[in-house]
Amino acid sequence: MKSDNYIRLELPSRSSNEAVARGVVAAFAAQLDPTLEELGDIKTAVSEAVTNCIVHAYPDRIGIIVLQCQIVQDTLEIVVRDRGRGIENLEQARRPLFTTGGAERSGMGFTIMESFMTELRVQSQPGKGTTVRMKKRIFSRRVYQ
Amino acid sequence: MRYTSYVQDQHLTIALAGEIDHHAAREVMRAVADKIDAYLPSLCCLDFREVTFMDSSGIAVVLNAIRRMRELGGNLEIKNVPAQPMRVLKTAGIEKLMELGSEAK
Repeated sequence: MKSDNYIRLELPSRSSNEAVARGVVAAFAAQLDPTLEELGDIKTAVSEAVTNCIVHAYPDRIGIIVLQCQIVQDTLEIVVRDRGRGIENLEQARRPLFTTGGAERSGMGFTIMESFMTELRVQSQPGKGTTVRMKKRIFSRRVYQ
Repeated sequence: MRYTSYVQDQHLTIALAGEIDHHAAREVMRAVADKIDAYLPSLCCLDFREVTFMDSSGIAVVLNAIRRMRELGGNLEIKNVPAQPMRVLKTAGIEKLMELGSEAK
């Protein structure tokens, strides 16, 4: 399907870039005229995906995170990709409250991405990296006739 | 991330302000733990009125504070939670552990 607009951004996995990533995606999403709640959902999901790259994909080094967004009709599509450690067990990683991140993490990242976005797809290969694809359909702009 | 705290009658209130993400969480967690350990309150209240964004890192902040207060035999309260942090806290089921006060209108 033809994309109406897109961005592609490369970020080093520094935690200060969590705010940069969600800020950029929120600014890009604004053209779909989302409600405050929809925008909050998008920012939260992006923050979770990027934090996962920083904490889990590159636990002991600074790696590259690629963030891509595109708009297809009334839907925002977001891809967050890393070339880090990868996830051994996706089913376990998705489980609410499961974390390998210790007391600083809650294990709610994937649960939040799943419940705040319309669609979530995760592909991972241990040693090669992880790709998270999320979609959010924005309803506020629809015109009823 | 900024915070202000005050104590009255063994009640400690910590007013958090700004964005709570993984980048800010370690500092917030340490600040909350230090205040609790310094005052040993019977009630600790986290005031979220000026929290402009929170992701799941904030859930860990709240869970750690609950755990510490329970160890001390006290309680934790959360008040004035704006809509976005409230959605995150509810997704984690925090309202099953304690009462969540939404933003005062």
